[in-house]
Amino acid sequence: MNKSLIMTAATVLATVLIIPVVFSDDDRHAARQHSLGVAPVVLDAYKNECSSCHMAYPPGLLPASSWQKIMTGLDAHFSDNAELDSESYKIISDFLLSNSADNSDYRRSRKIMRSLNTGDAPLRISELPYIKREHHELPDKMIKFNPKVNSLANCIACHTDAEKGLFNEHQVNIPGYGRWDD
Amino acid sequence: MKLINATIWLLAISATPALAATNAADQLISSYPADTPAADAGKGQALWNQKFPGKAPFGERSCQMCHNSNLKQPGEHIRTRKLIKPLAPSVNPQSLSDIKKISKWLKRNCKWTIGRECSAEEKTHLLSFIKQQ
Repeated sequence: MNKSLIMTAATVLATVLIIPVVFSDDDRHAARQHSLGVAPVVLDAYKNECSSCHMAYPPGLLPASSWQKIMTGLDAHFSDNAELDSESYKIISDFLLSNSADNSDYRRSRKIMRSLNTGDAPLRISELPYIKREHHELPDKMIKFNPKVNSLANCIACHTDAEKGLFNEHQVNIPGYGRWDD
Repeated sequence: MKLINATIWLLAISATPALAATNAADQLISSYPADTPAADAGKGQALWNQKFPGKAPFGERSCQMCHNSNLKQPGEHIRTRKLIKPLAPSVNPQSLSDIKKISKWLKRNCKWTIGRECSAEEKTHLLSFIKQQ
């Protein structure tokens, strides 16, 4: 057997053995994220326009009706002015509405929707029954009176991968208190 | 030769972040109506530190509340406490480098702080104060 034949055989074998491993790892990662999180933020305009004052909340955390209300009141956005030019407004509205919790099959989005009564459109993620339930054990000293956290709205202070849509309990790190285990 | 000189100039300008800030701010100022009074950084500073009445819970509002009275230091969003990069172009080259962004934030933040959009004169003074930092 000559050398080149051996090399070719080795290459074919390596390809057959390695490629499925790589793909199945990716698939598993995607499936895991899908089952644990909400869809990650994927729009630059949204990040640029909406994450100067707060984190870019993944759209899958609120129903479309909530996003609609938020977008129509940007001149008094939680008592701040967050007006957009008409072009950004359109792009961002479309993005939020089409990726909202009721338009997503990610696990946490489904749980959020199940926790809401039909027609409810809260303006705050922190007012969602599911989110409240998940945080009810946490004392004020860890969130409200924790200067590094300040509010339940500051997801990313403890959920370090929140902007990627990941809210897994094992990734929680409360400033000043460390990991959180139930 | 003239063309080469101009090219060298342009390269030098684009390579200097502080100048980029000056250019964007100056371009914006020159787009205001011709009868706008001349820029006065002192008046800009006074406006920067002035306190305006607002609705609770922020009954007293000013630029420096979120942006810091020392523009070379970072600020902090009064409600969310998110870090705001220093506005001084000497320490943050991105500051005042994009006309669209400057206009957007002047509109939003004048409305929140003062309760109305700033006049061309106020914006001229504010920009000339910020670009000096």
